[in-house]
Amino acid sequence: MIERAPVEYSDVRSVDGPLLVVSGVSGVGWDEEVEVRLAAGEVRHGVVLDADRDLAVVQVFEGTRGLGRTGTRAVFSGSPQRVPVGEGWLGRVCNGRGDPIDGGPPVFGTELREIAGSPISPASRIPPSDPIVTGVSAVDCLATLVRGQKLPVLSVGGLPHLDLAIQIAAQARAGDERFVVVFAAMGITHADASAVQDGLEERAAAGELILLINTAADPIVERIMTPRVALTVAEDLAFDRGYHVLVVLVDMTNYCEAVREVASARGDVPTRRGYPGYLYSDLASLYERCGRIRGREGSLTQVPVLTMPAGDITHPVPDVTGYITEGQIVLSQDLHAKGIAPPFDTLASLSRLMRRGIGEGRTRADHPEVAAQVHASLAQSRSVRELSELLGEDALSGTDRLYLRFADVFERGFLAQRSDRARALEDTLDRAWRALSVLPRRELTMTSPATLDARYVEPDPPPGDPAAAATEAG
Amino acid sequence: MPDADEGALGTITRVSGPLVEIEGLRGPALSDLVEVGPLRIPCEITADRGGLVTAQVYEYTGGLAPGMAVRSTRRPFSAALGPWLLGGIFDGLLRPLTGGADLLRPGDSAIGPPRGGSWRFVPHATEGDAVGPGSLLGAVPAEGGVEHRVLVPPAVRGRVTWIAGEGERTLGDPVARVGSTPVTLEEWWPIRTPRPVRERLPGDAPLVTGQRVVDLLYPVTRGSTAAVPGGFGTGKTMILQQIAKWCDADVIVYVGCGERGNEMAEVLDEMPSLEDPRTGRSLMARTVIIANTSNMPVMARESSIYTGITVAEYCRDMGYDVVVIADSTSRWAQALREFASRTGEPPSEEGYPARLASALAAFYERAGRVRTLGDTEASVTVIGAVSPPGGDKTEPVTSHTTRFVRCLWSLDADLAAARHYPAVSWRESFSRDADAIAAWHVERGDLRWAGDRTRAMSILSEADRLEAVAQLVGVQALPDRERVILLIARLLREGVLQQNALNPNDAFSSPAKQAALVEMVLAIHERCTALIEGGVPATLIEELDYADVLRAREHTPPDASDGIGGIRDEMLHRLEGLR
Repeated sequence: MIERAPVEYSDVRSVDGPLLVVSGVSGVGWDEEVEVRLAAGEVRHGVVLDADRDLAVVQVFEGTRGLGRTGTRAVFSGSPQRVPVGEGWLGRVCNGRGDPIDGGPPVFGTELREIAGSPISPASRIPPSDPIVTGVSAVDCLATLVRGQKLPVLSVGGLPHLDLAIQIAAQARAGDERFVVVFAAMGITHADASAVQDGLEERAAAGELILLINTAADPIVERIMTPRVALTVAEDLAFDRGYHVLVVLVDMTNYCEAVREVASARGDVPTRRGYPGYLYSDLASLYERCGRIRGREGSLTQVPVLTMPAGDITHPVPDVTGYITEGQIVLSQDLHAKGIAPPFDTLASLSRLMRRGIGEGRTRADHPEVAAQVHASLAQSRSVRELSELLGEDALSGTDRLYLRFADVFERGFLAQRSDRARALEDTLDRAWRALSVLPRRELTMTSPATLDARYVEPDPPPGDPAAAATEAG
Repeated sequence: MPDADEGALGTITRVSGPLVEIEGLRGPALSDLVEVGPLRIPCEITADRGGLVTAQVYEYTGGLAPGMAVRSTRRPFSAALGPWLLGGIFDGLLRPLTGGADLLRPGDSAIGPPRGGSWRFVPHATEGDAVGPGSLLGAVPAEGGVEHRVLVPPAVRGRVTWIAGEGERTLGDPVARVGSTPVTLEEWWPIRTPRPVRERLPGDAPLVTGQRVVDLLYPVTRGSTAAVPGGFGTGKTMILQQIAKWCDADVIVYVGCGERGNEMAEVLDEMPSLEDPRTGRSLMARTVIIANTSNMPVMARESSIYTGITVAEYCRDMGYDVVVIADSTSRWAQALREFASRTGEPPSEEGYPARLASALAAFYERAGRVRTLGDTEASVTVIGAVSPPGGDKTEPVTSHTTRFVRCLWSLDADLAAARHYPAVSWRESFSRDADAIAAWHVERGDLRWAGDRTRAMSILSEADRLEAVAQLVGVQALPDRERVILLIARLLREGVLQQNALNPNDAFSSPAKQAALVEMVLAIHERCTALIEGGVPATLIEELDYADVLRAREHTPPDASDGIGGIRDEMLHRLEGLR
């Protein structure tokens, strides 16, 4: 990296939106960190977006309100933005820039690291292949999170995605190995921020949590920094200190809106829905900061959460995210309306790396088969439901009716789960088998006879009200 | 690459992301490689407006400042080519990644071949031979791999005045002298310039991909072009990886252009342990991987497809059939757009610069079947993935690409949602090579191929129409002949077109097995039609168990067709029993 001693300039040419143009500068580099000192003594922070001869365009994170052309001084630090890294972060609560808001002292670290990060060489990566057990049945069985993966939650305003994110953050484990959660909240409400803190209290007390909170009232441009600080701290813990780190990023749609706001202020050419053309590269520079490195102990896993504006999965934010990440957990408004929580949309959700992370020696030998079978049977029950809506229930065969009952037992006995209760993996898989066993054995064509012999639950004669078998949402 | 010319010093005047502006360079030329700042970061000149030079930077530019020095190499940006390429993994500038640092930082590695190492050179030419561009001088044999051939470089002609004996040579050592020009194992080539050939030849033989939907319905010839558009989750990378593993080319250049790091790790993890079914060699030994993942420098992503195709042309010139797989050309186009936005180039469609279409066309034009300078027949086939935003196939990259390629394997979100993989749509895909391949089959005495293809396609399209009708009026309302069409289309979809990449029997299919599977389903169709005409009701036909037919693809070995005949006869026999 190129470094230089700090220099100070006070000739402010213009102030416009989040941007400040300083003139008469010399030797100021691109992406350099800046401290903006107001006449009244207040200090704000920024970064150089464009270095053009003697002009430096500075993006001010806290915004430019109250900032005048006269009396403002800009101190250019001589290096890109950096944060201290190390175990000193464990248990701390900070704002979106990484400054403590828990009343404690500043976070000290063993060294400073650039928040932009450095790409992991593709030749040094090893493919993710061990599960993280989240204690959430739907995720663990059907869209297993694998260490080193990036698996987003795609949701819609009003759905309980934050509850799911908190639950995953609170319960996730990587076997008996050292595990840390970095939870970065961007643009969330104060109420949600308190919910996050309450929900993760135990994890914080155990020193397994780092919380970065940028609320909706905080500077919007600060949001651009928040995930980078989170990932820089996480990379150090994962790749230099051997922790398995889970980074939860909520809500990436707010982050992208901040990117769009800055792009617009800079006059960047807008593309789809006004987002700049570099949205893909920008998001990739965050999402790709995960994985495992050959010869190093830890792993970095990401669960970004985003709300799809108007539920539109083709909107640039979910679309670009989907192209970069390795699968998606989709939440369903229909299931939410039925009172199923978490409202996990089985047919739309997928973990692309799951195949390598499950099965004998990783989760349980029957896991790949039971997951494939649930998927196939649920697809079948959906077409039966469509048929019955068109032609009426009378048109259904006996087997068809069993499919409808299966869907019901699956939703209430497997999907539905209290948000404060972790389910062991054994329990999760057994529940899946109990739901599948509503169907006749011959219908379970995705599973081998040997697996069926071992796992199929023969019906107690006669099967009564399906709700009776399904009330144990615990 | 020669050292930067110290006399050609210039100064940075502006830095904005991957863009720098420079003044004071003497005699800059477009595409020249220049080095900026104290880390001597590589960049390439993209414009010169009255002495103000614009360049795209191939590394992170944090800390670069106006006033810093710029050195010009006064040579076009080139890639180093040589015997280290096969089996290796490189970034978008063709810098070796193997054995490098875990984290990529600017200024850490220079453009050029890996340091150290030696290769065994075996001479083929002898002193006194008259040679020209492309003549074979010698080879670096590869145990269980692809022989690297040392050729006379494109501009060199004369007599061999000296040639090295058999033995280990390092990269710097000359292995021969043509006239007074030394030839080493290393050659530099400007990546944006196509390597010359003697003549271009029309496509004739099919590239066998081993993927049935491609080889049977939308086949591609060696030297042709194909694009694979598909929204996220439709299985683009999966089908491309399958083709990279199983197609019958000599050399594969796999360009991971702005895609996922974990995916590249998976390829690197799997490839060395896979064996080429035709040669028994490790698949990695015939593969060159260029990995410029989405978080690596954006402009190196832009260059990666050009370094990829340059490597392919280099191997083609040795007489090989080469396939370049670019995943994804949309990420390349986005890099173009990002840079155009920084230079203030006027945007046309969706912010892309107006030159997008011509740049795409020029890239695909580097494919072709050719007679090389060394007078052998060889080819470069280009297969490009396209990632349409929001799955919208009317967007600029998809719509332009569709105009320039000869084959389109369009991936369908509904098929993918139904777990029908590979999700190649039979409504939107096309192959303009099908006629040439039909003629090739006829020449080899296979008179069935074209007819079977036409019948299969017409059954699929008629079934689509009938299914739309059946949804309105119910299947029961269809005449028996049409119900049979629906059944046969299902057998085609599930028993022939679907392919399970994870099943060793099914991951790829030899042409013989492909033909046998189609022939089986068409024979069943004929028999069913005859039964209907003989008064057997469609319901009886539908109720038979077709599981053996559907599983034939997974239960018979990939290169044999004999097992399928038995399954077909058994099924025909059971059908006959309905009379």
